[in-house]
Amino acid sequence: MTREMTGAEMVIQAMADQGVKHLFGYPGGAVLPIYDAIFAQTEVKHILVRHEQGAVHAAEGYARSTGKVGCVLVTSGPGATNAVTGLTDALCDSIPLVCITGQVPTHLIGNDAFQECDTVGITRPCTKHNYLVKRIEDLPRILHEAFHIASSGRPGPVVIDIPKDIQFAKGIYSKPKEFPHTGYKPKLKGDIEAIKAAIELMTHAKRPLFYTGGGVINSGKHASALLGELVKLTGFPITSTLMGLGAFPAADPQWMGMLGMHGTLEANMAMHDCDVMVCIGARFDDRITGRIDAFSPGSKKIHVDIDASSINKNVKVDIPIVGDCAHVLEDMVRLWRTQAKQPDKKALGDWWKQIGKWRDRKSLAYRNSNEVIKPQYAIQRLYEATKDKDVYITTEVGQHQMWAAQFFHFQEPNRWMTSGGLGTMGYGLPASVGVQLAHPKSLVIDIAGEASVQMTMQELSTAVQYRLPIKIFILNNGYMGMVRQWQELLHGNRYSESYSEALPDFVKLAEAMHAVGIRCEKPGDLDHAIKEMIDIDRPVLFDCVVDQKENCFPMIPSGKAHNEMILGDSGVNLDGAITEEGKMLV
Amino acid sequence: MNANVPSSTSHYPTAPTAQVDVTHTLSVLVDNEPGVLARVIGLFSGRGYNIESLTVSETEHAKHLSLITVVTTGTPMVIEQIKNQLDRLVPVHRVVDMTLSGRSIERELAMVKVRGKGDNRVEALRLADAFRARVIDATTESFVFEITGKSDKIEQFVSLMLPLGLVEVSRTGIAAIARGPDGM
Repeated sequence: MTREMTGAEMVIQAMADQGVKHLFGYPGGAVLPIYDAIFAQTEVKHILVRHEQGAVHAAEGYARSTGKVGCVLVTSGPGATNAVTGLTDALCDSIPLVCITGQVPTHLIGNDAFQECDTVGITRPCTKHNYLVKRIEDLPRILHEAFHIASSGRPGPVVIDIPKDIQFAKGIYSKPKEFPHTGYKPKLKGDIEAIKAAIELMTHAKRPLFYTGGGVINSGKHASALLGELVKLTGFPITSTLMGLGAFPAADPQWMGMLGMHGTLEANMAMHDCDVMVCIGARFDDRITGRIDAFSPGSKKIHVDIDASSINKNVKVDIPIVGDCAHVLEDMVRLWRTQAKQPDKKALGDWWKQIGKWRDRKSLAYRNSNEVIKPQYAIQRLYEATKDKDVYITTEVGQHQMWAAQFFHFQEPNRWMTSGGLGTMGYGLPASVGVQLAHPKSLVIDIAGEASVQMTMQELSTAVQYRLPIKIFILNNGYMGMVRQWQELLHGNRYSESYSEALPDFVKLAEAMHAVGIRCEKPGDLDHAIKEMIDIDRPVLFDCVVDQKENCFPMIPSGKAHNEMILGDSGVNLDGAITEEGKMLV
Repeated sequence: MNANVPSSTSHYPTAPTAQVDVTHTLSVLVDNEPGVLARVIGLFSGRGYNIESLTVSETEHAKHLSLITVVTTGTPMVIEQIKNQLDRLVPVHRVVDMTLSGRSIERELAMVKVRGKGDNRVEALRLADAFRARVIDATTESFVFEITGKSDKIEQFVSLMLPLGLVEVSRTGIAAIARGPDGM
């Protein structure tokens, strides 16, 4: 459509034209014209959060569970600065967002006006791209270009800063057909010669593995299906980063579990000992590699990534392939199917035998208790109670997040929303709000810690307001558990400021916020309490009181390699225990 | 301390052993829009890259394109990162490594103010002539020379002027262009 309208109306019209159904935001002086435009229509539904950080995380949850672009609207100054944590989180995890920020009128920019801040300056390093709109003529193009940039290539957040006078100004709106940015052309198809070389290398591998990441999920459901096909065709084992969980079904025998700092023994040992590593949509992050100079020393490495700057950043690879995961996987599957040669069955069999031996160590084992709820047990029971349901999981950041990654198993992509790159405590609750909005009939659970959840707890009000029956499952150990674990490892058990002093009564708190509170303290009551939680069609704050001293294992300690993991054989006490023979695999 | 206890007090891996630093000149063709230079500079400061020299000016008015020439140092892996990171910026059209192409010309312009009397003044003028520097301002006790050339030539000229009464130097930084008939 082409017609005259105000800048504020253009914002909402462009969102409607982009198929946006929900917009997360918080009003303020510099965005009032846009709120007026929201008031005048029904196509784009506005969700009022309680803090701008929550708006961005909710949009992230929305985006990650649907594959669509998440939308945010905040005011100038504090509205924009409060959104920065969420924007950085989205940049680190490559989540497509469009965030509209209000700005003081053009003639006041640079004048230290009320609620003015240099939004484009502040958000430049934490967005994929950002704009300050200075002419109403540019606004329709910028709005649509923002969606294009956010969702194409390696996805990321885009900020559009719109001064208030531009929101009032009138101009001609039309949806542009193409974008003039000649510098921005993401490469989707991988170099076919490189892909052929990769297939050749894979065919002759004796100890191969797939190491996959969030890029597969960002590439769409099709990419996950193709990955599954390639893994089945080759018969190779597969592991994944925290971000990539769900791209390959965890129930499959070829799945080795997550790798990295708190990954399984079999995944990390296989990474260390493999001879061909096929990395698809992951970025050799420091949580994955451990000690760089001892990282998978004997392997040839293939790296598929849409972002050329991810290649050779941390680890030198042998065959780089710049391209979209789905496109490259499609070529790989086709080439593998058409080639005559098959991999060495005997070598692959031996490799699987070796992996079986590592599996037999049962690196995730823990000593259960009849007295207190072990956090791992709580996640296991939660998984058992929900695995046959249509369930989406978000998390906060810390021990509970790692236990969730280890003990909750995902069979499909887009079911697992967690803050991986930035590690933002307080991500999970608002993210679950976004997920629940996108999937109103599904079961959405935020697996939380009692410390993380307090960072964005006010968003429970948002869930109540919009009748979003999210479940907040708090593993309450009374500590910032991961901080305490590191203090035990590196700082002589000096628990400096890591005890969660003066905790609220979560049940009363839930009731005060018109939600439902449940507390569970005994392992015997857990199954019943979880069932009760699931059956309630309202937001529930579940205070699961767990063992205070439990630590998260297995673990690659700092400065160590994949084959130097600490195993937490049942009930390990870290104090001195990590030095014992047998806790360490060398 | 037991050897098995992590020696590092950080949970980040230790820095890899350093490779040898190299210097590269990069030509970056960008949209001439507000904030584009801030994006480029912010990328360098934010990721801890070095800037030895930086020049920027609009080169194609009709297309609103500017050329940024940046001289940077780092390990070969870091130089590769810098190029890829620059290429990732939305307003960046092209990144060309002039050092890698090996067929580029680099020039710099400097204005050099020298103050002196008697023999020093005569010597300064004679050296300027040898370096093909032009006098663009003169008083009875000073000259301003304009000199163009490679950076090391300018360095050399400036160091010769130092004992003759060097007051100050203003340099443009390096501009680079490829030899031959083809554009970037």
